[in-house]
Amino acid sequence: MAGQTDPHISLFSPQEVEFMAEDELVEIVPNMNMEQLNFISGDFGRFIPQIPTKVPLWLAVALKRRGKCTFRPPEWMSVDNLTQILEAERESQSTFQALPFSYVEIARLLFDHARDDIPDMYMVRSLVEDIRDVRLHKLETNLGSFQGTSAVKISNVSAMEVNIVRPFVIRALEAFYKHDKPEADVDRDTRSSRQQREANNEPRRPLRQR
Amino acid sequence: MASNSEAGGSADYETLMSTSDVELLKRAWRNEKAAPEILQYEGALVDRAKEQIELVEETIEDYVENGIDPLVVSLYQMDLDRAQFLLRSYLRVRLLKIEKFMFHNLKSEEAERRLSEQEKVFATRCADDLAKHFEETVLLKLPENYQSVLKQSLISEVDDMVPQPHLDTFVVCRSKNFVSLNLYEEGESPETVEMERGDLYFIRYKIVKRAIESGQIDLI
Repeated sequence: MAGQTDPHISLFSPQEVEFMAEDELVEIVPNMNMEQLNFISGDFGRFIPQIPTKVPLWLAVALKRRGKCTFRPPEWMSVDNLTQILEAERESQSTFQALPFSYVEIARLLFDHARDDIPDMYMVRSLVEDIRDVRLHKLETNLGSFQGTSAVKISNVSAMEVNIVRPFVIRALEAFYKHDKPEADVDRDTRSSRQQREANNEPRRPLRQR
Repeated sequence: MASNSEAGGSADYETLMSTSDVELLKRAWRNEKAAPEILQYEGALVDRAKEQIELVEETIEDYVENGIDPLVVSLYQMDLDRAQFLLRSYLRVRLLKIEKFMFHNLKSEEAERRLSEQEKVFATRCADDLAKHFEETVLLKLPENYQSVLKQSLISEVDDMVPQPHLDTFVVCRSKNFVSLNLYEEGESPETVEMERGDLYFIRYKIVKRAIESGQIDLI
């Protein structure tokens, strides 16, 4: 599009999204003794064998890679919970289930580094991937249905998913806004009534196949 | 480390408890990256972060000399790297924005207030160099009416050669508390959007600009 603003500044790369997710706290069980760590980002420890403790994800992965701890998978990562979520996602066309904001990054890091700490790892992994697919597909279909407004609410969408659709949605919304504006002076009444119409009444436009 | 309460004073108990400098820096970095224009320089935060980083650098050197467990040293190093990345990226994003909107930043008082002292020096030098470059290579060779760096021609009333930040773009944001915002400017059909705590919205930057400055809303 002509007049496109520089995308480089405002887009986060996946690595940066992961960086932000790495500050999430997870529970680990250390197998060694270590004094408290006084980091810039906070104080963690002490580490006593077999006593679970909460640390940021990046620290947990570092310790795990050196064989100093095991992970306690977060509660939402159980087969039961994920199956429930997957079914709920499949049922509803327009709402998203509540998942941790960084669930994609957390799941990915755990799968890469802590396979043995997750019970039924293969099942969990395939469930998470299915959930991701369903949600992404839902996002794509919903994108075709909103019209020009100044605010679009997206509840329960996770960080990685937001990052993926962000460029498209921003450009789409900008285009809507730009084309709506000149008509404001022409016919204010029709415009305000158009804004109040529900998004669902518009026929869904299929998106381009990727 | 030491937690800092927000300037508002009425922050939640939890935000008070959990807002370390790194958290604040991360928030500033994220907001700066996502916003189309340059935001207020967090001078105090940057200074504090620099101090802490230097302190940890020295501590690490001591540790290495004293032969402390290399595992512990490497963990401190990792934390240091993370903090340094945040700080550097924050400053770099601001520099990028300054370069991009060079003339605009120097022209608009509001934008100028948001720069730090060093950034102002950088911006003025940069703008001078660029203006000089343009003049010598192109502008002086154009007919008289067209020689200004800032205006297309002497007839233009405003400085239309100056790129302005695109404030009508959309951003993703999340609010910390319940917030009700006016959707349209200048009292055109006053629709409001109400954000509950924790809801995500794609919204026009202009609408949330004030709320971001006051710390009520975060950009994602």
